[in-house]
Amino acid sequence: MINKTAAEMAQALTKGETSSVALTQAHLDRINSVDSKVKAFLHVDKDGALAQAADVDAKRAKGEKLSPLAGIPLALKDILAQKGVPTTAGSKILQGWRPPYDSTVVAKLKAAGVVIVGKTNMDEFAMGSSTENSGYGPTFNPWDLTRTPGGSSGGSAAAVSSFQTPLAIGSDTGGSIRQPAALTGIVGVRPTYGAVSRYGLIAYSSSLDQAGPFGRTVLDTALLHEVIAGHDAHDATSINAAVPAVVAAAKSGDVKGLKIGVIKQLQGEGYQKGVQTRFDESLKLLASLGAEIVEVDCPNFEYALAAYYLIAPSEASSNLARFDAMRYGLRVGDKDGASAEAVMNITRDAGFGREVKRRIILGTYALSSGYYDAYYGSAQKIRTLIIEDYAKAFAKADVLVSPTAPTTAYKIGEKVDDPMAMYLGDVATIPVNLAGICGMSLPAGLAEEDGLPVGFQIMAPAMQDQRLYQVGAALEAELISKWGAPILSKAPSIGGAT
Amino acid sequence: MSSLSRDDVAKLAGLARIEMTEDELVELSSQFGMILDAVARVQEVNLDGVKPTSHPQPMLNITRPDVVEPSLSPEDALSGAPAQEDSRFRVPQILGEAE
Repeated sequence: MINKTAAEMAQALTKGETSSVALTQAHLDRINSVDSKVKAFLHVDKDGALAQAADVDAKRAKGEKLSPLAGIPLALKDILAQKGVPTTAGSKILQGWRPPYDSTVVAKLKAAGVVIVGKTNMDEFAMGSSTENSGYGPTFNPWDLTRTPGGSSGGSAAAVSSFQTPLAIGSDTGGSIRQPAALTGIVGVRPTYGAVSRYGLIAYSSSLDQAGPFGRTVLDTALLHEVIAGHDAHDATSINAAVPAVVAAAKSGDVKGLKIGVIKQLQGEGYQKGVQTRFDESLKLLASLGAEIVEVDCPNFEYALAAYYLIAPSEASSNLARFDAMRYGLRVGDKDGASAEAVMNITRDAGFGREVKRRIILGTYALSSGYYDAYYGSAQKIRTLIIEDYAKAFAKADVLVSPTAPTTAYKIGEKVDDPMAMYLGDVATIPVNLAGICGMSLPAGLAEEDGLPVGFQIMAPAMQDQRLYQVGAALEAELISKWGAPILSKAPSIGGAT
Repeated sequence: MSSLSRDDVAKLAGLARIEMTEDELVELSSQFGMILDAVARVQEVNLDGVKPTSHPQPMLNITRPDVVEPSLSPEDALSGAPAQEDSRFRVPQILGEAE
């Protein structure tokens, strides 16, 4: 049962072929047998999950109308507050904290009857691209346990790709949903900025952060997207408009006459050969389905990485000021009449990891008087130029495409001491965040040289998220018919029965 | 090549309220030159007349009706506090030596 899609599981529940309790227990068993190797979860809420599942089963037995994903298990990135359940954002500074409220994403999942089985590992405060910056140790890629699953939502991506749950929630500030989806052979979507409420999402960079869905198929991802999206008065940046019809788009998957723009700057040099090959192949498939392929020029994308690594750390240095050892979380050194400031200084050194400190210091520098205009100010203007590049490109094409990441999954430890090498992995995903638009990564096959998954990225204008699913579904159907089976069927066994 | 000395990093760490160890200060100052060179690329572009973007959605003055809604109880709000006293957060001294 656990190797079915979420849509198939939902159908089995509707037909009474299984119960949510049985389905949830099967996934808990899978977690029990493989997560000691993958380490996707920081916390498994066995009792809470089984209680949620029993509640859905009882409602179904009474004939209540249920949402399409009612009773389906899901893994939640530990960046989202869930009432009474440990929530750390991968940081030691929040170890043991149990939020007194639900984030809006969690409230919507609960209202839809989705069963939250646990909280997943992540780079501390979502700062990283490999999940190695977690305060609780790395997550391992189910395709090769010596490699990273990407990040920062690496735990969520690893959980879905190793069949521990069919669905997961991540968050994407510079590619943290799309890049791990690419590196683990699953589908991940960063919705339009403002489409999914940030209330209860622990803030890293408020103008870039956005929660979004992971699934093993385009349709599953769309079903989850529809559950979590929508206006929320608790988030002042939430868009007050109808949720794009993503499920309908995932079911249609027709690209005839659609214009697909290939971004000149996001391919070629710097991209692994096997990544480029699979990307080019997918383009040909889309053309064979009747899409028109055009090339577009986005000259300012060259500066996106530099702008991102000023804007995000600047916002982080401000956002993370809230971890002050006073109201929640860790407090160290409160003895012998130590001052509040001394306690704060000692606690923040003890509680934050290396990458978090690096970004807070970089942000503090970029925002300091004398450097503000040269660094933060310039980055904000680059952001405007990137938005203009997208506007010109979308005048020529309905969607834009690129490889999701320049390489396949790299070895644990390979880039951890070289921050710039790690940052370069985000080069193709960051422009979407700077412009506040939406993007999807879906599996495009395996790279010939290493047999690891390659991601194909689709980008669409703000609140046109349905176009991602339309193109994604068309490409997915072609690729699966070419391969004869979904990509994950080619992943090596990591033990346990699927 | 940009650089930031150990003392520069120590000053920034002080502003950010992080008491870093000597090893951390030295490591960070050795990495900073490379990171600053990379991010300084934003200065290579002619940005005259370009307006800054602080936020991707053009939104202004988002308000809601002025109606009281339920909020956290004092017990819930204090549930994660490192220390509490009389339904308040208990914090280390903030005004110098106690009398």
